[in-house]
Amino acid sequence: MANHRRAPRLPEIEPKGIDRRYFLGFLIAAPTLAVAAQVGGAVLEPAKASAAIPSLPQPEDIFDLGDLQNLAALPTSGLISVRVNADGTASFAVHRAEVGQGMTTAVAMMIAEELDLPLNKVKVTLADARPELLLNQLTGGSNSMRSIYTPVRTAAALARQQLVATAASQWKVPASELRTSNGMVTHSSGKKASYGSLTKAAAVTKTVSVSTQLKKVSEFKILGTAQNRIDAREAVMGAKKFTLDYEVPNAKPAMVRRPPTINGTVKSVANAAAVKAMPGITDVATITHGVAVRGETFGQCIDALNALEVTWGSGTVDNESDATVLKKLKAAQLPLLVPGLLTKSVDAEFTFAFASNSPLEPGTAIADVRSDRAEIWSCLKVPIVAQQEIAASLGLPASAVKVHVTQGGGSFGRHLFHDTASEAAEISKKMGKPVKLMWSRTDDFRQGRTHPMCVTRVRATYALGNVISFEQRHTSVQTDFSHGLGEMITATAAKLPVGGNLSFAETIFLLSQSSPYNFGVTTQLLNEIPLKFNTGSMRNIYSPNVVTAEELVVDQLAAKMGKDPVQFRREFLKDARIRAVLDKAVEVGEWGKAMPAGTAQGIAVHSEYRGAVVALVEIDCRPETVNRKITDAVTGPRVTKALIVVDPGFAINPRGLEAQMIGGMNDGIAMCLTSSLHMKNGIPLEGSWDNYFYTRQWNTPSDMQVVVMPNTSDSPSGAGELGVAPSFAATACAYARATGKMPTSFPINHGTLSFEPYPLEPSTPPSPTNGLDTEI
Amino acid sequence: MPSHTFKLNGKMVSVEVADDVRLLWVLRDMLGVTGPKYGCGLNVCKACTSHINGKAFNPCSVPVSKIKPTDEVTTIEGLPATVGKDLHPMQEAWLDLDVVQCGYCQPGQIMAAVAKVRQAKAAGREIVDADLDEIRNICRCGTYSRIREAIKAGAKNM
Repeated sequence: MANHRRAPRLPEIEPKGIDRRYFLGFLIAAPTLAVAAQVGGAVLEPAKASAAIPSLPQPEDIFDLGDLQNLAALPTSGLISVRVNADGTASFAVHRAEVGQGMTTAVAMMIAEELDLPLNKVKVTLADARPELLLNQLTGGSNSMRSIYTPVRTAAALARQQLVATAASQWKVPASELRTSNGMVTHSSGKKASYGSLTKAAAVTKTVSVSTQLKKVSEFKILGTAQNRIDAREAVMGAKKFTLDYEVPNAKPAMVRRPPTINGTVKSVANAAAVKAMPGITDVATITHGVAVRGETFGQCIDALNALEVTWGSGTVDNESDATVLKKLKAAQLPLLVPGLLTKSVDAEFTFAFASNSPLEPGTAIADVRSDRAEIWSCLKVPIVAQQEIAASLGLPASAVKVHVTQGGGSFGRHLFHDTASEAAEISKKMGKPVKLMWSRTDDFRQGRTHPMCVTRVRATYALGNVISFEQRHTSVQTDFSHGLGEMITATAAKLPVGGNLSFAETIFLLSQSSPYNFGVTTQLLNEIPLKFNTGSMRNIYSPNVVTAEELVVDQLAAKMGKDPVQFRREFLKDARIRAVLDKAVEVGEWGKAMPAGTAQGIAVHSEYRGAVVALVEIDCRPETVNRKITDAVTGPRVTKALIVVDPGFAINPRGLEAQMIGGMNDGIAMCLTSSLHMKNGIPLEGSWDNYFYTRQWNTPSDMQVVVMPNTSDSPSGAGELGVAPSFAATACAYARATGKMPTSFPINHGTLSFEPYPLEPSTPPSPTNGLDTEI
Repeated sequence: MPSHTFKLNGKMVSVEVADDVRLLWVLRDMLGVTGPKYGCGLNVCKACTSHINGKAFNPCSVPVSKIKPTDEVTTIEGLPATVGKDLHPMQEAWLDLDVVQCGYCQPGQIMAAVAKVRQAKAAGREIVDADLDEIRNICRCGTYSRIREAIKAGAKNM
């Protein structure tokens, strides 16, 4: 594994001397210019490890989850293609999902840059499931920018080169005398031609291999500049299309009455015929985990769900509640090995409740299943796996199932799974008609995916001004990784530096977690308990929990060793890059300023996805703030001011990066203070947004600032998830300092049930009728 | 089947549907007006926020029979026309500040923002942080701080 080792935390910089090397690609036979990129192994070529450091590198230091995905993406990256159209636009169907993270905008910027085309002339759509892309069509792990940055730019650069060659040939001048800008090729003689006018001549009749060079960072005009989202105008006009907004002939609304426990089954339905006769209802069908209805409107479907009389079979976790799960987690903890005999120690244990991915758009999918073929529309981060599994369940070859990827109204990990698309296919097949399936909000909270409950135990020992050991044992209800990342690991297993017979989850844990501190003997291990909840990777997976525990312990260590939290971190941080981010946060956030009693600052550092980030928040825990009253709302402590400083390597779009950090902060605040699922007798009690308290306007900081550090690399790090862990940790540290007591159970309000739960049946509550009674 | 007539985005519309079907589904499933989104159907998330006679409301929680023929319903699609432009000043502020992430909640956020500013102006005062704290619309992407900036900016041009 030594050949994959490199100095920890260094950004993925293309080694000097090769940044102007040639990248290979193809001109593809097509009516207008089409170019496909292929990339060699150099993207992954690791720099050699250098300085010895007191803590041995942990696996994430030398090879992280994004590297794994890059490696998996490599053999097929060459198949992505950019097309130049006769109207002068360029189009590209990107093999990733857009769920708000700004991926399409960043990709359009890459193409505009290398093609010298205005950004608004680049049309980016989402590719259908493409089985030939194998492992390269998975959106997750904050990896998209890292793995497609070079291939997409290569394709665009090849297109520009071919347009120039075409003009040179037509004008009988050397290509080196031609310039491109703004979608035009020009010559000093005054000759000029638009890309649109050249594209047919530039096209080839036989696919050929070609090579090109990429622009240097110093030549960039678009990449690295702040750009607004390319879909913003559609979104603010209400014209951006999500799954339910598509019109597919005869695909009528469908919903499902669901069991009162997770993954329950249907024993019998007493009144299917009567429900089918209700106004607007066309079909009723029993499916694996409920009873589906189809009708003219979703409103009538909700009425029909409520009217169904169903007898239910048991689910997969009927006897489990928060307390029973916690007991099992504590019993499964791996031992800590370093005894605290000769040294002083900090021992701490933290509990994190179940949480919900809960994108605002609930699960939605359109399915049109026929006897010999099927067509699916849904927001899918792993569409190939969806296609394969849906085809298998329908008894069709994968080639007979067309899977379209739609834009998602958020994901936060939810759309790694295709549960909704599979269910829509099952319903369409049973009813013999196209359906537009929507999970209700309550369905999504109660039967959707969860971030599993976990317990993390930390022991740190110290003596003579040094931290001697840092051990962390993370114990979690198992996380479901059956969405394709597992296959990716299997395909690349031999190349991983983790070795042994680790499970998918253990591998991902080791590839995503590592302490940024020189704490001597450092071990962070995961153990899982095999309870059959519907779990999955929530934004930033393990890090929000692991890092929050670590940073709280760091503050304890600092206090015990008589040091300021920032000074302590500066001394023990391994990497200069993180230290620079910390220093900037301290300066901008005025660390250490005088604060009134009951309020405090908190700071936390994090490094992942080859990025470095620090969050600094100010929290108000004074009674008049904590006890402020808002109808049907949890108030509690308020983060009044928040700062995130981020070093993303190379910031493709600083404005989009800032947006991801702001979102990460609101996620972190929610996970620390207010949002969780209360599991009781096999199901969460939460059923709406006034039960599951994601951050709202009354809890968000009115002062939110993001600082993007100057580029430290030529390559982007992952950014979509990077802000969550440090925001959670900083909020927890601030809370501990404001109240004088380190919190050990999250979110801090989990012990109090702050709402009256909706009944378990019917599974979707009827909609209110009093919406005009009070002005909002 | 009962018939229901009202003014929608400047035009009179008529639909035949049972009285108790909530207006959101009449708009989305019958009239093809898909700007208002479903996020809960419980009058909580506010993703469907639209205006009735200029004031914010949530069509997921209003039976269509409660809409009178004299009522004027405005969804995000009809907002620009209320100022006779391609974009309402609040939408322009949203673009200037690049508020949107996934975009699912944003039509409702903009409609709520416009109503909030109108309320403040009717009371003869500027929008302040306390007003913004009252907005209940969920944004699961967490764009709240940019929403706050955009409302203050948009209010200046309303």
